[in-house]
Amino acid sequence: MGSMGTIIGTWLAGFLTLAILSFLYKDNPFYKLAEHLYVGVSAGYWLIYVVFFDVKPMLIDTFMNETGFEKWIILIPGALGLIMLSRWFPKIAWLSRWPIAFTVGIGAGLGITANLQGYVLPQVTATLLPVTGFTVTDLSNIVLVIGVVTTLMYFYFSKPHKGVLGAGARIGIVFIMISFGASFGYTLMARISLLIGRLHFLFHDLLHILD
Amino acid sequence: MRHLSLTVTLVLLSILAVAGGSAAAPPAPAPAPCVCSVSAYDVPDDGGGAIAVSWELATTTISPAVTRFEVLRYAAGEEPASIGEAPPRDSGFVDADADHGRTYQYIVRTHTIDGFVDSVPSDAAIATAQWFAHGRVSSLIAVILVCGSIIFFIVRAKAGTELFIRKIPGLDAVDDAVGRATEMGRPVLYVPGIETVSEVGTLAALTILGHVAKKVAQHGTPLLVPTADPIVMTTAQEIVKQAYAEVGQSDRFDPSSVFYLTYDQFGYTAGVDGIMVRERPEAVFLLGYFAAESLILAETAHEIGAIQISGTKETSQLPFFVAACDYTLIGEEIFAASSYLSHEPVMLGSLKGQDLIKIGIVYLVVGLVILASIGYAIAPDGTSALSGALETVKQWMAGS
Repeated sequence: MGSMGTIIGTWLAGFLTLAILSFLYKDNPFYKLAEHLYVGVSAGYWLIYVVFFDVKPMLIDTFMNETGFEKWIILIPGALGLIMLSRWFPKIAWLSRWPIAFTVGIGAGLGITANLQGYVLPQVTATLLPVTGFTVTDLSNIVLVIGVVTTLMYFYFSKPHKGVLGAGARIGIVFIMISFGASFGYTLMARISLLIGRLHFLFHDLLHILD
Repeated sequence: MRHLSLTVTLVLLSILAVAGGSAAAPPAPAPAPCVCSVSAYDVPDDGGGAIAVSWELATTTISPAVTRFEVLRYAAGEEPASIGEAPPRDSGFVDADADHGRTYQYIVRTHTIDGFVDSVPSDAAIATAQWFAHGRVSSLIAVILVCGSIIFFIVRAKAGTELFIRKIPGLDAVDDAVGRATEMGRPVLYVPGIETVSEVGTLAALTILGHVAKKVAQHGTPLLVPTADPIVMTTAQEIVKQAYAEVGQSDRFDPSSVFYLTYDQFGYTAGVDGIMVRERPEAVFLLGYFAAESLILAETAHEIGAIQISGTKETSQLPFFVAACDYTLIGEEIFAASSYLSHEPVMLGSLKGQDLIKIGIVYLVVGLVILASIGYAIAPDGTSALSGALETVKQWMAGS
């Protein structure tokens, strides 16, 4: 037998689960209640999370505890963060574009190296598969190389998809759709496991129908 | 005869005496399994803060009596302190917690079932950072090639060279969707994904938002842009405001049409679903970074009968958009669409530069695979120079 808090929490979670699931029928006051509660609570949660897991340890604590370069360099992101608040004052609201530009520039710059090193080079390396004979592996290698090459042709934007490029692109989109189909089925299985988890909560934790 | 039997008896007695003596003597002591040499050196090609420690056992074989190795570290004026352990079969350890530029020495303590034996201290080692990681030359060259080709095309675009980009099929639907929403007198809902502004998918979505906002401003159609990130909200407000200004409709811009819901993934999803069923937008744009909420949003938009135009670079979510939406910008098409719509030299040059790299990869893959396959046809055991070249390129790309 759980404590009163646990019992109330379980019933509340069960009610909110059913309220959210009621959206499958149509929009209704119970869904509205659960939705607004969810949005409000999660927004508040993220505010607290950002203050105590980002601002305090990474900005305030670092400034208070570090010495030398590490102490003063932290003033730059701190200042950029404060400049974001200039949006509250229409006359100087344009200042908020600076931290936005800084964030966008950092994201794009880091993205180039990370994607080349993490995706492009490994994928090209894994595609360099020669045909060594007449085995199933060789057939698989041929399909893989054709798939990668024609998919790249589909994503070539500098010329119209006509002639050889058009034929390659049409084969490429077939490969893309086959991979989407496989991915769809795989992800669907994962989602069903989430549904089973929620139903288990309802029938086991809430209603005690299941052992 | 008697002499012979006496001799035999004496010999037997001697053998027994020797044998008996052997059994009674104490066993010879096994050599103590201790570490005979410890070396410590800065881990190469890293950012500093790591020292590698390696050791050899004094005995020729690893004694089963060894239970573990303990690594102790000390700097000048300090007592040795344990910093980690290694199993009996290991002969190395990486101290990843060394202070940058500080001199350390290491002792390896060999623990046995009877106790432990300490090695002599290693030579001094200092953790330093290297400017260049030799294993990543391939990445450096790739970055130079990609950035070089992008900069080349950006310069050409800025110089006024006309750069052709084929039209993306889904883009025609953007104007149709806004037009239909205007005719029906219902709003346009634009969802820029759940990630921050540093995510490239979000950036592309915000560029397309500018185009949609212009169309909406021209037609006087209501626009709703719920966001999951405060900086995305700020950026989106700027973009929509600018779009209204560009078509001379600044006074009709409503800042509250671009608003923040929550950063929580499913809280945001619940909120957007609620907006869909209550505001009943005629056109729903789902562009940017999406994760597990993609199908929930697309299905709800389908339920209310809206035209849905989606796009993301997340390959795991694209199948859901393709299945549930009217038009989908697949992967890089979202970036091409934003370049096509903006006609910005930087974006056009970037797309053309990437196209050049793609063609380069196609030629590289096809060329090397054909050459290596010919090599295997000549020498099936893979000893030909052609097949060897492919392996060399693969190893170089992998950084080994």
